[in-house]
Amino acid sequence: MAEKVLLVDDETDFLEALSQRMEARGMNVSTSSNAAEALKKVQEEGFDAIVLDLQMPGMDGIEALKMIKKENPEIQIILLTGHATVEKGIEAMKLGAMDFVEKPSDIETLTEKIKKAQAKKIVLVEKRTEEKLKDILGNKGW
Amino acid sequence: MDKDWEKLGQEGLAFFGRMSASISHEIKNALAVINENAGLVEDLALLAERGATLDPERLKRAAAAVQKQIRRGDGIIKNMNAFAHSVDEPVRQVNLDETAALMVALSQRFAARLMVRLETGPPSGVCVTVNPFLLENCIHLCLAFALESAGAQKALTVSVSGTDQGADIVFSGIAEPCGDFPTEMAERVAGAIDARLVFDKTKETLTIALPRKPAG
Repeated sequence: MAEKVLLVDDETDFLEALSQRMEARGMNVSTSSNAAEALKKVQEEGFDAIVLDLQMPGMDGIEALKMIKKENPEIQIILLTGHATVEKGIEAMKLGAMDFVEKPSDIETLTEKIKKAQAKKIVLVEKRTEEKLKDILGNKGW
Repeated sequence: MDKDWEKLGQEGLAFFGRMSASISHEIKNALAVINENAGLVEDLALLAERGATLDPERLKRAAAAVQKQIRRGDGIIKNMNAFAHSVDEPVRQVNLDETAALMVALSQRFAARLMVRLETGPPSGVCVTVNPFLLENCIHLCLAFALESAGAQKALTVSVSGTDQGADIVFSGIAEPCGDFPTEMAERVAGAIDARLVFDKTKETLTIALPRKPAG
């Protein structure tokens, strides 16, 4: 199954080239050039992974990460940054980011991380479905 | 305010670090676009080897994107070089239009993060004799406050004009001041170049009033 990915970065030339390269590797890619638009897309459709730039005009990646994770804890977020400080990395991981990739990134490394993100999301969704089923069965007393 | 050189030195290093981090981030962004476009050309070449039709328009777009980022990178490095050379001499004659333009260019990333349109006013041709690095540090501290205080209009202009005593660098568009200014550090840095900081809430301006040359 093709990985459904949302790429979020304010550098439109970067978005255009990277999304085409990811599509050539069999992924289903959507793009947003700002965090507000990305949040709207996340509400409208589901994604396996979001590749999110850490520093963007207006709402930055950390703020967007918090909001996405609050509403959609199973979506896996990979943060992309021009300067990965240890502090920012730790903060992002604590907030639920799956991984951190420094720009310029290697497409094969990023692809591998996206595949892992999809697998992790499937496990989380299955676990949540199982919990829901157990809950229903327990409440009904069957 | 006394010229506490230890504190000025600490602030100067912190300023240099903030600017260097911002510049390196900008260069990495430019490299990332070049990297993806080079990768895309490689992908297209591999597909062409397997018999796919090569779209010349897509190749042209990739080349244009690379050239655009090279121009961007060149601009960033020129500014970085000018900034690095501002510590060459402790005091020299400085063209204030050039210094204002340099600081505005180096601060565009901070402005973009806050979604503020930051620009310079018309050229003045005014020069003063000053410590260039301390002047840039002073402008940076004023800009940091002014950008955070731009309010709903989200537009800030840095203009230079000549005065009887020397020159004014005026930051216009401070609609919603975020806290008190000048801070102790801003006063100290301004004091070290014999400048005065004047914040006018009514006019929504902050002014660095500079002497033509240092006192003494």
